[in-house]
Amino acid sequence: MTTTVLILVVGVLVVLTAVYISWRAGRLDRLHIRLETAHAALDASLLRRAAVCLELAGSRLLDPATSLVLAASAHEARTAGPDEREHAESDLSGTLRAVVDQERFREKLAEHPAGPALLEELDAAVAKVVYSRRFYNNAVDVTRTAQRRWLARSLRLAGHTEYPRFFEIDDAPPAAFAAE
Amino acid sequence: MRIGIVCPYTWEVPGGVQAHVRDLAEALIADGHYVSVIAPAGEDAPLEQYVVSAGRAVPVPYNGSVARLAFGFLSAGRVRKWIREGRFDVLHVHEPAVPSLGLIACWVARGPIVATFHASYERSRAMSVAAPMLQSALEKITGRIAVSDAARKTLVEHLGGDAVLIPNGVTVARYTDAEPLPGWGPDGGVVGFLGRMDEPRKGLPVLLSAFEILAEDRPGLRLLIAGPGDAADVLERVPKRFHDRVRLLGMVSEADKVRAYHSVDVFCAPNLGGESFGIVLTEAMSAGAPILASDIPAFRRVLGDGQAGALFETGNPEALAEEAARLLDDPALRAKLSDEARHAVRKYDWSTVARDVLRVYETVTDAAAGVVEDDAP
Repeated sequence: MTTTVLILVVGVLVVLTAVYISWRAGRLDRLHIRLETAHAALDASLLRRAAVCLELAGSRLLDPATSLVLAASAHEARTAGPDEREHAESDLSGTLRAVVDQERFREKLAEHPAGPALLEELDAAVAKVVYSRRFYNNAVDVTRTAQRRWLARSLRLAGHTEYPRFFEIDDAPPAAFAAE
Repeated sequence: MRIGIVCPYTWEVPGGVQAHVRDLAEALIADGHYVSVIAPAGEDAPLEQYVVSAGRAVPVPYNGSVARLAFGFLSAGRVRKWIREGRFDVLHVHEPAVPSLGLIACWVARGPIVATFHASYERSRAMSVAAPMLQSALEKITGRIAVSDAARKTLVEHLGGDAVLIPNGVTVARYTDAEPLPGWGPDGGVVGFLGRMDEPRKGLPVLLSAFEILAEDRPGLRLLIAGPGDAADVLERVPKRFHDRVRLLGMVSEADKVRAYHSVDVFCAPNLGGESFGIVLTEAMSAGAPILASDIPAFRRVLGDGQAGALFETGNPEALAEEAARLLDDPALRAKLSDEARHAVRKYDWSTVARDVLRVYETVTDAAAGVVEDDAP
């Protein structure tokens, strides 16, 4: 009698533990998927920003010096390796501020038929970098906490996934965009 | 001739290009020409009469570092106005491949345009993106000048096309006369060095080793070193007992630099290479200092194969010590080298360089009307 009860209790405990562990593992897996999606979105928004910068630089709307400063910076950002990327993207943010915050930049661009649309696109691209980076870093934060849990560490629930890194850049938008 | 010169970098900040433009402008003015220089400048920067401000330069990341550049509609507007009012016969832009005033000037002007290229780099990512963008502006340049072989090589590799070589000048008169530094002065035993102490290519360690060889037998021998760098690192290389015979001046003012040239019996330039021209050497020559330099091609050329200064095998302290001993023991030889140097350096004087630049102007303006605003850039 008591032996049966004991076996039953142990059996229930084992099942409950297994369910709990698998639930934790499933959560971690979902977090990893969310992290990957967030990373893809961040990558896309950065590439998009660089592409819009290159388009603006090549549009003949600007003077050649401004074009060159912008194109060089966007090119650096687009071609930077993983280790240099944060630095190069921060540089592009700095260049964009110097370019867009010129006196009467918007008015000058508005003189051309293609100007306002391109500026609008740039504004959107800059804003999306800020958003997607925030979302990615949130995902990193949550995933890190989950991975650091005692259970996840001792049972290696994260498998071979790397410990995720924050993406730290200066993405402050030009004052002309931020003020809107 | 009415000449408009465009400087891409902030006027009141010291730099090679700014100094070049200033010296060139002043040499041309002295020669009786009308010269106007446009450059970025701070609002309350004191400007010479011939300088027009194009507004402030903005710090931006460019080509791997942060540069202060002047670009944008405002700068373009100012350059345009300056060109319209200047009615120049020739426009001389500096560093047109840098995204600053020089490039803008090429964009807004039409007519005889001369460009001088200063910088040299191994490989520039920015330039590879820039080349097609620069094309239409750079195609307007009728005469191209490079200040060194390295600058010329950079130009050929990155942008294509060739340039004539006209090196930097030295304002000889600025160095001719000065009082020696107090407690120094040519007394038969002073060896001098000028340059960055911590830059290996300047070769200071070679000189320090040679000094150690010489100092033992020559109690009157002293070493005068001027230039930025860590003093402790330098003294570490010299035996303690000689420390009171080595004087490190650190960074010196322009005036003290000239006085330092006049304080030595032998001026030593032990560079290991990498020097394209040897501006320090031409300054020392202008001051009439007897020179002992390493046998690198640039120095051999400036010193006329040893006519205007002694040469020693590059990087070899024994060879340096041997040559230095020969000079220190022979006042007549030193006097002869000093005279030869003063004579040879005249060919590098700004008046000579300005004459060559003027010939370029004349070549491009020959069959052309003056510089006008480009209505459809």
